[in-house]
Amino acid sequence: MSAKQNILAKLRKSLTGTTPVADNFDVDLVTQPYTYAPEQRIAQLRKLMEAVHTETHLTSGQEWPTLLAQLLQDRQLPSLLIAPTTPHGQRITQHWANNPGLPMLKAYDRPVEEWKAELFNDTPASITGTLGAIAATGSLILWPTREEPRLMSLVPPVHFALLKASEIRDNFYQVQQEFEWAQGMPTNALLVSGPSKTADIEQVLAYGAHGPKDLVVLILEDQ
Amino acid sequence: MSTSTIIPTVAVEEDFRTRAHNALGDAQLRGNFRKAMDSLMTKRAAAFSDAHEREHLRALGNAIRARALSKLPDLLEQLEQNLTRNGVTVHWAETVDEANGIVLSIIRAHEGRQVIKGKSMVSEEMEMNHFLADRGIECLESDMGEYIVQLDHEKPSHIIMPAIHKNAGQVASLFHDKLGVEYTKDVDQLIQIGRRVLRQKFFEADIGVSGVNFAVAETGTLLLVENEGNGRMTTTVPPVHIAVTGIEKVVENLRDVVPLLSLLTRSALGIPITTYVNMISGPRKEHELDGPQEVHLVLLDNGRSQAFADSELRQTLNCIRCGACMNHCPVYTRIGGHAYGEVYPGPIGKIITPHMVGLAKVPDHPSASSLCGACGEVCPVKIPIPALLRRLREENVKAPDSPHQVMRGQGSKYSRKERFIWNAWAKLNSSPTLYRLFGFFATRLRALTPSNVGPWTQNHSAPKPAARSLHDMAREHLAKQGDR
Repeated sequence: MSAKQNILAKLRKSLTGTTPVADNFDVDLVTQPYTYAPEQRIAQLRKLMEAVHTETHLTSGQEWPTLLAQLLQDRQLPSLLIAPTTPHGQRITQHWANNPGLPMLKAYDRPVEEWKAELFNDTPASITGTLGAIAATGSLILWPTREEPRLMSLVPPVHFALLKASEIRDNFYQVQQEFEWAQGMPTNALLVSGPSKTADIEQVLAYGAHGPKDLVVLILEDQ
Repeated sequence: MSTSTIIPTVAVEEDFRTRAHNALGDAQLRGNFRKAMDSLMTKRAAAFSDAHEREHLRALGNAIRARALSKLPDLLEQLEQNLTRNGVTVHWAETVDEANGIVLSIIRAHEGRQVIKGKSMVSEEMEMNHFLADRGIECLESDMGEYIVQLDHEKPSHIIMPAIHKNAGQVASLFHDKLGVEYTKDVDQLIQIGRRVLRQKFFEADIGVSGVNFAVAETGTLLLVENEGNGRMTTTVPPVHIAVTGIEKVVENLRDVVPLLSLLTRSALGIPITTYVNMISGPRKEHELDGPQEVHLVLLDNGRSQAFADSELRQTLNCIRCGACMNHCPVYTRIGGHAYGEVYPGPIGKIITPHMVGLAKVPDHPSASSLCGACGEVCPVKIPIPALLRRLREENVKAPDSPHQVMRGQGSKYSRKERFIWNAWAKLNSSPTLYRLFGFFATRLRALTPSNVGPWTQNHSAPKPAARSLHDMAREHLAKQGDR
């Protein structure tokens, strides 16, 4: 008998004569305390995200590329990694074309194996979109795709994220329901609730453990 | 540190009592734990400020875990089907040897030399680092705390905060000695040193190994929580990702993780959510630009099916590994995690370890508790830890010829002499004649009682019968009242 058969046989024998416990999932318990009025959502999200050192900025669908360029220059970041085929990637490319002298743009447009060393050693910042956010826990929802791969939001020390205000949801349960996640999950889905951190030495909180040291969220209020 | 450095861990010496005794005399260790546990308790309390919500959430957490366990074999099969459909290869292992063999064969198939590991308690059960090191494969921990203890040839002393027994000064000396960096006690700088070393390792690694917090049967999803980003690195950068987990970690539905996640992070660290919640449902798809080409899941039994067989002991498997029980345990706080000598310390360790290694190997575990009840009170999935400790104490003194075989190593503390004494004691207290006779002699021969009665008199004065028994005095008292 295989390990699988042995394990399952033992478990089944132990359950002989028992009936499964009924499903009494209490939806109210995980939603009611975590429901917000539309005008509260941005404030709630910012409060939680800023409490863990996330930088947030309110901007608009029109203004954000200008703000992004400004933030890059303020931080003296020499380059920015973008997902060139996404709508926001195209907006950036367009804005940069109209404004010469901005930090260099890099495109994540080939398999990581072809440029891994550059990604690790010479890519100081990136920008990605988000699928939305969760007000209850102060989390961004990231759903990496072929166009905007997983490592974009992880390896560069500074991660900029674009968030449409209308896509801020109340709680994780609501997100699962609205996006019908139970019917199909992507290869990798993520909740990101701040820059990378650790408290493993004497419980002293330190940011920038292995992932981004800085997370900057641009909230598009009018979208 | 060169890339080929292999870091073994030192074996734990002596027995539990000696280790506990030594730990109690270590002022630095006790100070480090007291400070950390006080802080973790305060944070948890603040995160559950609404007692009403907390108690309902704990009840829901318990119900979700109980439901998952009540369908465990079916859910494991459903999980395997969905993961397989998503392109993940599922392996089953009854023992840690089998699990290590599976991991090794995957690594060898890819001619892997360097493994980077995210935090995984199951891999600690397997002693994977040691196993792979013996076969010339470097297996490096990437969680900052795990990295620190591995560098010092130690094992984790806490399941969430592996290096909590060390203070910044001790980490500073360690990094200075082992990594050749300048001595600094600045925690930010220490973390940046770790980041630098480990980034290179993430870059080079052939294989990433991680644990799993929840495996969702419904969608075939492996959910991992972490704050550092090392879990994401481990599961995304190397070409192969191997996840190892216990068979009990499965939950039925995706929605079930909503309350469990909330309970886990609030109980463990007092935070509403960890920085990263990583949901992995498969390897890199065609045309995707990154992510591992292969994802494997190793499902490990290692004694869990033994706990599962008994409906009371089965509750041990509710555990979501938050560590709240150890944070609140007066015994753990005083002796630290290493004194337990096993992978899982503290209250949860005392009830899960006997199933993994046999009760005979850890005979003192169930009794190393004051049964104060704090662990059971804070457990987010309501495992009745004190009741299970009492149950294990019973199993531990069961006669060897008992027909009821519950667990490996049961009856390891059985003693004919002790059994005889307890039987005599029971007889004495249930027979009025014998009891009076005993009272008569005990009060008159009190001068003859020994002043040294084993471990009791190490910390207490010896018990001495009174000159007159309570019965005797009560009788006299009643007689006097009758005279009035």
